[in-house]
Amino acid sequence: MLVIFGVTGDLSTKKLMPAVYDLANRGLLPPGFALVGFARRAWAREDFAHVVHTAVKENARTPFREEVWQQLSEGIRFVPGQIGDDESFSKLAETIADLDEARGTGGNHAFYLSIPPGLFQTVVDQLRSHGLAEQHPGRWSRVVIEKPFGHDLASARELNRIVLSVFPSSSVFRIDHYLGKETVQNIMAVRFANELFEPVWNNSYVDHVQITMAEDIGIGGRAGYFDGIGIARDVIQNHLLQLLALTAMDEPNSFEASQLRTEKQKILAAARPSKRMDIHTARGRYAGGWAGGEKVKGYLEEERIPPDSRTETYAAIRIDIDNRRWAGVPFYLRTGKRLARRVTEIALGFKRAPHLPFAQTDTEELGYNAIVLRIQPDEGVTLRFGAKVPGTQMEIRDVNMDFAYGEAFTESSPEAYERLILDVLLGDPPLFPQHEEVELAWEILDPVLDYWASLPEQPEPYEPGSWGPKSADLMLARDGFTWRRP
Amino acid sequence: MILTLEGTSSSKISSELVRIRRSLGSPSQGMVLTLIIVCDESEFASALEASIVAGREHPSRILLVVTATGRDAGLDAELRIGEGTPGEVVVIRMRGAVAAHPASVIRPLLLPDSPVVIWWPGKVPTNRTSDELAKLAMRRMTDAAASPRPLTALRARARDYIPGDTDLSWTRLTPWRALLAAALDQYPAKIRSVSVESERNNPSADLLAAWLRSRLKVNVSRRNSDGPGITAVRMGTAAGDIAITRPDGLLASYAVPGQPERLVALKRRNFTELLSEELRRLDPDVIYERTVKSLVDGNGSAGNKSRARKASSRT
Repeated sequence: MLVIFGVTGDLSTKKLMPAVYDLANRGLLPPGFALVGFARRAWAREDFAHVVHTAVKENARTPFREEVWQQLSEGIRFVPGQIGDDESFSKLAETIADLDEARGTGGNHAFYLSIPPGLFQTVVDQLRSHGLAEQHPGRWSRVVIEKPFGHDLASARELNRIVLSVFPSSSVFRIDHYLGKETVQNIMAVRFANELFEPVWNNSYVDHVQITMAEDIGIGGRAGYFDGIGIARDVIQNHLLQLLALTAMDEPNSFEASQLRTEKQKILAAARPSKRMDIHTARGRYAGGWAGGEKVKGYLEEERIPPDSRTETYAAIRIDIDNRRWAGVPFYLRTGKRLARRVTEIALGFKRAPHLPFAQTDTEELGYNAIVLRIQPDEGVTLRFGAKVPGTQMEIRDVNMDFAYGEAFTESSPEAYERLILDVLLGDPPLFPQHEEVELAWEILDPVLDYWASLPEQPEPYEPGSWGPKSADLMLARDGFTWRRP
Repeated sequence: MILTLEGTSSSKISSELVRIRRSLGSPSQGMVLTLIIVCDESEFASALEASIVAGREHPSRILLVVTATGRDAGLDAELRIGEGTPGEVVVIRMRGAVAAHPASVIRPLLLPDSPVVIWWPGKVPTNRTSDELAKLAMRRMTDAAASPRPLTALRARARDYIPGDTDLSWTRLTPWRALLAAALDQYPAKIRSVSVESERNNPSADLLAAWLRSRLKVNVSRRNSDGPGITAVRMGTAAGDIAITRPDGLLASYAVPGQPERLVALKRRNFTELLSEELRRLDPDVIYERTVKSLVDGNGSAGNKSRARKASSRT
C-alpha cells in the first residue's frame, strides 16, 4: 500500500500517479495494491479517483487501459485532513486498517512524504503515535522522502535524526529520481560488465572528468523554493555527487545494496573540494536577454526574487579524490539554469598519446580522447577518438562513435519514478542514498557554500543561453583544460 | 523526412531532431561538424544544394540561417533528415527581434564538442569580427566573387582577418597553384616576370597574382581577357615562357620550354567541390592569410613562418 502525503502537489499528479499506473499496466504491482491520498482538501473518494484518473490519462507513459484502471481504482482511497490533526490521522489509520482487510495488502505500507521538510517532524510523530510506523516481523512499514535532504550538514543531520527516530535506517528511502534513470544505472553496466573500459578508468589514462547538468529553462515558478537555496544545494549535493560516486567508485563485490553503498561511501569520503576555492569554484546568475530565440528575464527580474538576492543559478566546482585510482585527476562539476541546452553528461577526458608520430600540423585538430556517458536527453555513450580525414594528406581529426540508448532496445525506458516506486515496494534499496551518503555529500559541499557566503559580491552575471560565466572558463583554463560544449 | 515548425524555439528544434532520429531507427551517422550557412532567400536554394552534397563527404549538421523580412519577432524551422539528406539539415528563418540575436538560436543547436564552420555564400556582415554567428565558428568562409566589387571585398577580408578565415576565391585556385608549383618542380628556372590573365573583376586572379608575387618575389602583371575565370598564367624564364592557358574553363594546355605541350584537365569547380575541399582541413590557412594581407600591405610577410610547411602542403 502506498500512502502519499501532499497528494495534490505537482510531483504527485505528474510523476507519482502516472508511474503507479504504468507499473500496474506492466503487471508489476501486487494484486492487493492500494493507493491512499492524504491532503488538506474536502474531497470524497470519487473526487480523488477522478484526479488520479485525469493525472494518469494525461501523464502516463503506457497506453490507457480500462481494465487496468478498474483494478487500480478499487484500491484508491482519500483521507482529507490536516497534518497536525490527531483526528485526521486516526481516520487515516482506520482507512489503512480497512484496506488491509479488504485488499489483503498484508500490512505492508509505504508512506511517501511529498511535503516540505519542515513538516517531516509532525508527520513522523503522528505516524508513530498512531502505530503506523511500527515494524512487525513479516510486514514492513517504509517511509519515502524527497530531496532536498537538508540545506547543509547540520540540517541534514537533524532531518535524519527526526526520520530515524521513528523508522529504522533500512526502512527510509530517499528518492533521487536521477538515480532511477536507466542511463544512470547503465553507468554501472558499462563499467562493470565490460573488459574494455575498466582498465583505462583511472589516473594512468584519464586526466580529468567533467560532469555537467545543464538546463535551458530558468527557475520558472520555483522562486519560493529556489531563492536562498541556489543550484549548488539543489543539484550538486545530490545529483552531481551521486553521478561522481557512480563514475569514480571501485567495483562493488555485488550489486547488493550494502555493497554498492559501501563503495559509494568510500568514494564520497575520499572526495573533497579543492583547497583553493578562490580559483577552483565559480558561481553565476543568469542575466536577461535572448536565449534559444526567445526573450527571457534575468534572475533578478523573475517574480518574487528580492533585488539583493545572492542566490547562484550556476555553480562549478573542482573535486579531488584522494585515492590511488584518482589522485591527480580533477573532477569538474558544473550545473546551471538558462544555459544553452538541456543536457546531462559525464565526460572522461583522456591524456594525450605520449608520442605522436605525425607532423605537428597533421594533428593540430586532434583533441583528446573521451568517453562520454550521455544521461539525458539523447541517452547513450559516445567514444571520441582521432581518425584520418579521407584524402591524400595525413590529416587527423576527432570523430565520435555513438551508442544511442533509446534505439538499442525496443522497449521504451521506464520513467525513473516507476523504477523507484517498485524498488520501494520490493524493499530493494541500492538506488537510494542512505543518510551516511547524504551527510558525506554535505561535508563535501559545505565548505564551498561557506566560502561563497563569505564573499562580499553577488554571483557573476552570465548571458542567458550561453555556457555560463567567464569565471567558470577561467577556472578550467588555469588547470589547462576547457569545458566541453556538451 | 521534412518537418516544418512554426513559431518555434531552439529547444523545440533540438528535441524534434532527437525524436525524428529515433523514429528513423537512429541511423548511424557520426556527424563530424556543424556547418552554419547564412544567406538570404535568393541564395538559399543553391546553398542548400551545395551543402547537402558536401555533407556526403563530411556528415554534418547543417544550419541554414535565413533572415526573413518582417517586423514581428518570429522563428520558423524546417528539419530535413533522412531520404538522401546526409546528417541533419535545419533551415532556420528568423524575423524581427529574433534576427537581431541569431547566436541565441544557433548556440543550442551546435553539435557537442566538434568544429563549427560558417559560410556566407553571398553578403558578408560588414563587421565580421564582432558578428555573433562568426564568433561561434572556428572556420569562416566567404566568397568575394559573389560581391559586386570583389577586390574591395577581398581587401576588407584582409583588414579584418582572423585565423580561420578563408575565401572561396582562394579555394578555387588550389588546382592552379598545384599545377604552377609542379611546373616549377619540373623546370626549376629563375622566373623573371609573371602575368595572370582573367576576365574582369576576378578575385581569384588577384589572389593568384598576389601569391605569385610574394612567393617568387617578381613583378606580376594582370591582364583582362574574356574569361571564363582565369584564362592564363605565364611565367617568363630565360629559355621562354612556362605557360598554362585555359581558354574554355575546362581543359588547359601546359607548356614548359623544351618540352612538348600537354593537356591538363583544369575544370572550374562548383560550390560543392569547393566546400568539400575547405571542410577537409579545419586549421587556419596560413598561406591564404599572407596572400590576402599582401593585397593591403603590399608585402607577403605576414603570418607564422613555422607553419609554412603545412600550408604549402595544401597546394
